[in-house]
Amino acid sequence: MVTNITSFGRSGLSDWLMQRVSAVVLAVYTVFIVAYLLFNPDLDYYAWTALFDQTWMRIFSLLAFISVAAHAWIGLWTVTTDYLKSTRLRVGAQTLIILAIFVYLVWGIQILWGA
Amino acid sequence: MSNLQVSIYRYNPETDSAPYMQEFQVDTKGRDVMVLDVLHMMKEEDSGLAFRRSCREGVCGSDGMNMNGKNGLACITPLSDVVKNNKLTLRPLPGLPVIRDMVVDMGLFYKQYERIQPYLQNDTPEPAIERLQSPEERDKLDGLYECILCACCSTSCPSFWWNPEKFVGPAGLLQSYRFLADSRDTATSERLSNLEDPFSVFRCRGIMNCVAVCPKGLNPTRAIGKIREMLLADAT
Repeated sequence: MVTNITSFGRSGLSDWLMQRVSAVVLAVYTVFIVAYLLFNPDLDYYAWTALFDQTWMRIFSLLAFISVAAHAWIGLWTVTTDYLKSTRLRVGAQTLIILAIFVYLVWGIQILWGA
Repeated sequence: MSNLQVSIYRYNPETDSAPYMQEFQVDTKGRDVMVLDVLHMMKEEDSGLAFRRSCREGVCGSDGMNMNGKNGLACITPLSDVVKNNKLTLRPLPGLPVIRDMVVDMGLFYKQYERIQPYLQNDTPEPAIERLQSPEERDKLDGLYECILCACCSTSCPSFWWNPEKFVGPAGLLQSYRFLADSRDTATSERLSNLEDPFSVFRCRGIMNCVAVCPKGLNPTRAIGKIREMLLADAT
């Protein structure tokens, strides 16, 4: 058993599962958005805000944002533990990554419900 | 036919300040011999050349090395399998500390093997004669028990290169699954709980270098997938 404290779920199994579940959510969201843009070639501001005014779309988008956050944390945490051997550098990079993810998440929520 | 051009990694920490590549011209008399035979021909020229070998038939796993960029056993690799443009480059197994020339320190590899407790554990009373298995239960061990611990797979795995003290590596995990799959072993849940951290098993990214190089044709990636399935079944 190898201990760790900066990984997303503190467990390899839960990180692994979360990475796969979030990947599926992101795939579905991407397919939906791309299909929506393809089927609405003359999209304007009103149609776009009307889409995001609906509660289901906001929940779907929030789910996608949270999935990006979890997916990015798990993936980049793995990259830093592979390639950054200096503890100071690694913890610094991990802190920056988690901070950026947090900012993007809160910013995303503000955009979804702020308008 | 021109002589085979061999470039081999040389390093003697007692006399050399840094490793270097030494060139040899080896006359194989046009025969498709094994790489190990070529090593012996070179050793006749330079008796200081150090490499491990024992059974010379792919059973002991001593002469794992990197031949033209791919890990394998020198004794069962014919020149026709690896030589390109009449050139052969031999290096020690990647990622492990070099003791001398082609001889590497396998300490980390064995430490990871030891960590997965590679022996049967059973806390039920011993039967009078032996613990029996059905033919179906025995079949589950095929493709697992044949591993000879040559380290070709683990030393071709980038995850093992970067974290050899935390990631068990394909060889250790294949053996771990060998005991998880054994109907006579009762330590399954203890074994699984030692593996659920982010490194031991889950540092495997499934690139399958291990499968590509295994001289015994085994599939550690499949075994790692089975361990993940068992962990998931146990914890959800």
